[in-house]
Amino acid sequence: MKELAGSSGLVLNEPLLFERGKRGRFGMSMPRRDVEYFPVDEELAGSGPDFPDLGEVEVVRHYTRLSTWNFGVDTGMYPLGSCTMKYNPKINEKLAALPGFAGAHPFLPTELSQGVLKMMFDLERFLAEITGMDAVSLQPAAGAQGELTGMLIFHAYHRSRGRCRSKIIVPDTAHGTNPASAALCGLTPVKVCSNERGVLSVEAVASAMDEDTAGIMVTNPNTLGFFEENIRGIAEVVHDRGGLVYADGANMNAVLGIVKMGAIGIDVLHLNLHKTFSTPHGGGGPGAGPLCVGESLAPFLPVPRVVMDSGLFRLSSDFPLSIGQLHAFYGNVGIMIRAYCYILSLGSELKKVSQLAVLNANYVKEKLKGILHLAYDRACMHECVFSDKLQAPLNVSTLDMVKRLIDYGFHPPTIYFPLVVQGAIMIEPTESECKEELDLFVEAFGEIVKEAEKSPELLHNAPLRSKVRRLDETGAARNPRLTCAGVIERGKDTA
Amino acid sequence: MRYLPHTEEDIADMLQVVGASHLEELFSSIPEDCRFRGDLKLAGPVTEWELNDMMAALAHNMAVAPEYKIFLGAGSYRHHIPATVSYLLGRSEFSTSYTPYQPEISQGTLQAIFEYQTLVSLLLGMDVANASLYDGASALAEALLMGARVTGRKKVALSSLIHPHYRIVVCTYLEPAGFEIIQIPYGLDGTTDLSGLREIEGLAAVAIQSPNFFGCMEDLSGAASCAHDAGALLVASFTEPLAFGLYKSPGVLGADICCGEGQSFGIPQSYGGPGLGMFACLKRYMRSMPGRLVGRTEDRDGKPGFVLTLATREQHIRREKATSNICTNSGLCAVTSAMYMASLGGGGLRELARLNYDKSEYLKGELRKAGFGIPFSAAGFNEFVVELPSGSEAVYRRLQDQKLVAGLPLGAFYSEMANRYLLCVTEIMSRQDMDELVSQLRAACNSLAGN
Amino acid sequence: MRNCYGYCQGNCIHRTSIGKGIKMKEISQLVIPEDVRYTRDHEWARVEGEIVRMGVTDYAQEQLGDIVFVEVPQMGRRYAKGEECGALESVKAVAEVYMPLGGQIAGINSTLEGSPGLVNSSPYTDGWIAEVKPSEISDMEGLMTHNEYIEMLKGSRQ
Repeated sequence: MKELAGSSGLVLNEPLLFERGKRGRFGMSMPRRDVEYFPVDEELAGSGPDFPDLGEVEVVRHYTRLSTWNFGVDTGMYPLGSCTMKYNPKINEKLAALPGFAGAHPFLPTELSQGVLKMMFDLERFLAEITGMDAVSLQPAAGAQGELTGMLIFHAYHRSRGRCRSKIIVPDTAHGTNPASAALCGLTPVKVCSNERGVLSVEAVASAMDEDTAGIMVTNPNTLGFFEENIRGIAEVVHDRGGLVYADGANMNAVLGIVKMGAIGIDVLHLNLHKTFSTPHGGGGPGAGPLCVGESLAPFLPVPRVVMDSGLFRLSSDFPLSIGQLHAFYGNVGIMIRAYCYILSLGSELKKVSQLAVLNANYVKEKLKGILHLAYDRACMHECVFSDKLQAPLNVSTLDMVKRLIDYGFHPPTIYFPLVVQGAIMIEPTESECKEELDLFVEAFGEIVKEAEKSPELLHNAPLRSKVRRLDETGAARNPRLTCAGVIERGKDTA
Repeated sequence: MRYLPHTEEDIADMLQVVGASHLEELFSSIPEDCRFRGDLKLAGPVTEWELNDMMAALAHNMAVAPEYKIFLGAGSYRHHIPATVSYLLGRSEFSTSYTPYQPEISQGTLQAIFEYQTLVSLLLGMDVANASLYDGASALAEALLMGARVTGRKKVALSSLIHPHYRIVVCTYLEPAGFEIIQIPYGLDGTTDLSGLREIEGLAAVAIQSPNFFGCMEDLSGAASCAHDAGALLVASFTEPLAFGLYKSPGVLGADICCGEGQSFGIPQSYGGPGLGMFACLKRYMRSMPGRLVGRTEDRDGKPGFVLTLATREQHIRREKATSNICTNSGLCAVTSAMYMASLGGGGLRELARLNYDKSEYLKGELRKAGFGIPFSAAGFNEFVVELPSGSEAVYRRLQDQKLVAGLPLGAFYSEMANRYLLCVTEIMSRQDMDELVSQLRAACNSLAGN
Repeated sequence: MRNCYGYCQGNCIHRTSIGKGIKMKEISQLVIPEDVRYTRDHEWARVEGEIVRMGVTDYAQEQLGDIVFVEVPQMGRRYAKGEECGALESVKAVAEVYMPLGGQIAGINSTLEGSPGLVNSSPYTDGWIAEVKPSEISDMEGLMTHNEYIEMLKGSRQ
């Protein structure tokens, strides 16, 4: 096969921050002292934390070396299903760091913050146009907070109609944040199962939906990579019984310009700017999870909201039915700027993004079919789900195969999710990957499957080329070591 | 479009493999009545040049230093960010990776977060810290929910000197779940009045912010003994972690959970977000914590390494019974703050904190000398309240015209606080800037009084 | 034990979902003592004088894999039969423990705090979870015998 990206270059070791440094070093330029010392209340004063003192070069080396142990989208293909690890445009980083944005204080007077307010106002309108929803709040700091906001709106809506409801329908393919967010609002999740086509049936939802059920949370396209084709019928059943339909927009990357959620019966929808709209995941965050709603639910959106009168943008909290506020200020503005730049850069070409994301997923699905067992043999949207069924008799699991993928220079797909597929391997290539890269990925999987037959122990031991090998997670959980306390103590003893 | 690598030839080849005749056919599983057949009405596509211009124009419509002198704090602080920090966090291996679920190829993020957890524990005087929450406000809400889990009670008491936005966020999070929230009043010296606290029964947690919203240091040990006597936890909140370079940490003073906003440590203000929810607690409550945790372990060859651990608390395993619904957090901001703390070191942190304090004391003194009221006597850090003569809105606006933002008007948050302003001074402000503020304030007051 | 939650985007060690990759014991290889009674949720109960000792079965511990934490019932608290009273955690899964019979908790196995692996290595002896002062000792009669439990396991493996 063609030479793969995975190699074994020089990996440098790097100790803990606390094993470096020496008293008296400085890694930062201190401002000149131009005022005198004032007395400090002795009773309140402390000695300050015992941080190590490092020089600037030490700090730079430390973090540069650490960074080389990481794999990012810029390093290689990152086909993590339902996470949409697409390319993060560099220009967006540069523009979000403009001093006018990065240096802006959230309590600046209205007249002095028109630039950011206009950006937020426009971004809300863009997202409304893309989703077909009527009103948008950019405030939620992440998808899960968007879900929570949505559930708070469900709660407030039912309360405003005189009766709180106690249950919520959550399909078996849902992300764990769905039931966790609903539970925060006192809603008990009721599970419904997807059918043999990997989607929800109207009947299944109808049998679970009653007058005490607040509504349904549905991810569309779902985590199996299928469009919930019965969504209109489902929405009708839920609406008929007084409920609301929530859509988890984690997989919106499949349907930009293809489906408008507002037109298919969705009442509330959250987006993940860090998935669909290209903002970097940052090794865990920060992201942003804007919430989009239909007109009748707009009064419940969080405050403050951006409004415009006579050409002046301002923040307004004058919405008496609002559920309140979820963020210390107005949400992750730095992330909004990046998404705004992304949308402007693509404009109506966003539809092409979805077309190519779906093309890539179907291409990988066709090419890998036969090498791996395909859980549902039908056309997919942005991601496809395989399993380890063919390799299980060889005593090789999903985990073994994806760990070996690391040695070949690819980030593993999402595994063991969704729960409805045993040993699931969930692949989302995104539109960012070119055909050659996809071919290489498929080829790597082909090699791994051959290895599974010839030398399964190689897979059990994988990865072999990474900084560390498989780690003892049982030991980590039985005896949690969550800080460098031991190292610090040792340092003191020898000092 | 440069982000989309497909040539027409690629598309044709791939469609053939897939068995579709054109791109539209890929969506045939979507029922026709769900399809959108129009064109999205969006601005763009724009070129990189055009985008640069558009964004520069927006950014230009913002008031920022050094053109403006902005004496605003109140939960968002302008501190110097060393070039190294911005440079290092721009390493795309940190920024373009996902949550470190695959530890073998995420050791960079994992070690950086592990070190962050240690730095935060040391800073706050607590045993363990998590890998971050969204911001200081949601961290406080999560802390109170945790207090309820630990004690099995649903009543919490909140100091009225906690950041007003944080208190709204707490209500938003807690009210639908049936919590009772009690506000604790504040006293004449600008700190929370704890005298009535002992009469409240069945409390899960008491939350106090220190330095508080008026910039004053609170009696956390007094609050701790009240809370503990009632079988409740003390939750210490903060918006300015730099204060712990000068003052005793909340852990030393008896807090059970300590949480707040870490933006001060190397994170740009960005109109309020993204921030960094720092969250730490005593070891005995570790299993009730929200958020991710990184732990140290060994690999198969006995080499030290790091993994996400105690994950059974989290939503992806426990679903509706999880300790929180959080998934995406503020990982990169946490790493940024660790870079900042590493650059500052213990010595630097103490020196910088002292400088913030001294500058703020200087300005306080100059304002007093100029005849302005400083209503609260309690010790402060880098923020304090000043009282201007009545009709102060006009003074404030006049200064704004001179590119001076004279703090935050408090009347919007506390009705009894008309004409009072919350001023903040960090190391960024020079003596000259402060003298300028005092003289402009005096001039504006005099000229308006003269009219 | 039931409601085994567990999934992950990384290293899933949850054996019930990757069971095929790791050889599970045959029923004949499981330890199923005759001196205890069983629940459908794989708890066991043994009368020891005034009290009833309880834990989870060999089958249950094997399903879960390496146990890293045991949440024991609350000392002194009364639980109804079938009520959730604790949990077993592996690295990436949680299984709840239910009361085999109603009663008050008279003792808990505090050694599990430091050595949760005892539930794996000796589920019926050192890995016991709690001692119960039963409200109705006759509740024991409603639990499955050794033979009935084996039959149930055979049924579920088909």
